[in-house]
Amino acid sequence: MNNEQVKTLKNNAFKIWAIIATSIGLIMLAVLLIKIGMDGLHRLSFDFFTALPSRRPEQAGILTALVGTLWVMVTTAVFAIPIGIGAGIYLEEYARKGWWSSFLEINISNLAGVPSIIYGLLGLEIFVRTLHLGQSILSGSLTLSLLILPIVIVSTREAIKTVPSTMREASYALGASKWQTIWMQMLPAASGGIMTGIILALSRAIGETAPLIVVGALMYVPFVPKSVFDSFTVLPIQIYNWVSRPQAGFIINAAAAIIVLMLITILMNGAAVILRNRWQNRVKW
Amino acid sequence: MNRKEQIIEALLFLCGAISVLTTLGIIAVLFFQTIEFFSEVSLKDFLTDTQWTPLFAIKHFGILPLVTGTLLITLIAIIIALPIGLSIAIYLSEYSSKGVRKIVKPLLEILATVPTVVYGYFALTVVTPFLQLIIPGLSGFNALSPGIVMGIMIVPFISSLSEDALYAVPSSLKEAAYALGSTRLQTSLKVAVPAASSGIMVSVILAVSRAIGETMIVAIAAGQQPRLTFDPRVPIETITTYIVQVSSGDVPNGSLEYRTIFAAGLTLFVITFILNNISFYIKKKYREQYE
Repeated sequence: MNNEQVKTLKNNAFKIWAIIATSIGLIMLAVLLIKIGMDGLHRLSFDFFTALPSRRPEQAGILTALVGTLWVMVTTAVFAIPIGIGAGIYLEEYARKGWWSSFLEINISNLAGVPSIIYGLLGLEIFVRTLHLGQSILSGSLTLSLLILPIVIVSTREAIKTVPSTMREASYALGASKWQTIWMQMLPAASGGIMTGIILALSRAIGETAPLIVVGALMYVPFVPKSVFDSFTVLPIQIYNWVSRPQAGFIINAAAAIIVLMLITILMNGAAVILRNRWQNRVKW
Repeated sequence: MNRKEQIIEALLFLCGAISVLTTLGIIAVLFFQTIEFFSEVSLKDFLTDTQWTPLFAIKHFGILPLVTGTLLITLIAIIIALPIGLSIAIYLSEYSSKGVRKIVKPLLEILATVPTVVYGYFALTVVTPFLQLIIPGLSGFNALSPGIVMGIMIVPFISSLSEDALYAVPSSLKEAAYALGSTRLQTSLKVAVPAASSGIMVSVILAVSRAIGETMIVAIAAGQQPRLTFDPRVPIETITTYIVQVSSGDVPNGSLEYRTIFAAGLTLFVITFILNNISFYIKKKYREQYE
């Protein structure tokens, strides 16, 4: 075999390996979805959504966890969306380029890389103990808000950046103030990108388990939370609880709850992708 | 500027300042509790004792078993993710058609959006039983299975970011290599990968940092038993899973056991902080400049 043939052979060998490598990830994803479907699909019923947790796996349901997840999501959104957008606007439109703005930028990148469980420790000490909010929905949501804040800030900035400066200048030329320009021109024009970022951030928050365990979300909650000061559990923690039990019945429950969690996550991510594509296609500057 | 505009600017400034307060809060909380912890446990024991048993009658406070557990899992994850992720990146940027790239990339990114508790379930109920068929003597809880699953989870971190870096290499460089008679593989490995090496390194560091901070896969599938070993077949515990283990039990506030999670948390924070800043440094210093 001459040199030319050897290098062609190597090239083709790599191509085959690369296709295998690409398939490994996709096959794993398929196996994961199929396995969960086979384990849990038959367990999904109306009762499963409306039953309280129970010691007997066949009677247990996800009502408290589902309601807990909804509470935590809504409250997290209430905190994270205005603060995240506000910080994004500040960095993009107000902060003068200098040490302060580059410090803020480095700080936000660093926060995005902090492991989620560390946010749990922060929430435990600040919200649960120092501010005496207890092991409540409020403590959990505040913790998750801080966790997803960097995602909202970064996507707000990216979205505002894509709005051309001619928009801004036209608005100023008509006599609008800085805030009027941002509120009435920049934000509506950037709304698609900002919304996409918010949905992705919230879908990340829905799947978070570790920080909520640390701030004291409970493994077993036999009642539906009625206010933000109640103790709570969420879907991922309910799943963790069921997976940790030895009885086979609870493993099936875990699979069924995973189907619900995955459906919510996939729907949110799908919505984000559709929104992003529509926004990118419609707006041509 | 009128009054209203000033108030709005002040409010927006506060929003930005919250991110700084968060960082300060994390550092203050971790340091304060850790200092209290070290008033009862010596730093020497913490760093050199080979046992970690704060919840037992005879207490040892050596962080080493948790650190080796974390490193072992991370190592397994990277051994899986690096070759697969990098091959995918090279394939998508240098071999595949635009159409394939457009479909495969978002599909792979789904892997990164799956909640980690779901991966934990997958490791425990699929990967561990499968590995037990191949490896006799593999414990029901072990480091290998969650390590492999975590490796699959971080593949898109490496493949996506590396692919972006490879894609950004100017085609003139690659075309010069082709003109000299190189195959796609030679062009990829000897021209594109070296030119994109800083971007690839950043992607690997971020993936490592993500693996170190990952909690639920390990909490579910690795057994929560601190053990100073590099044997991937036996149960171990990582820094993150210890924090979860203590948090889900009944440890009284303000006790020494309670403070151990902050000392463990600070160790974790320092490791990931260093890694993240190395990646920023590389990104800044070697920002691809070709002209």
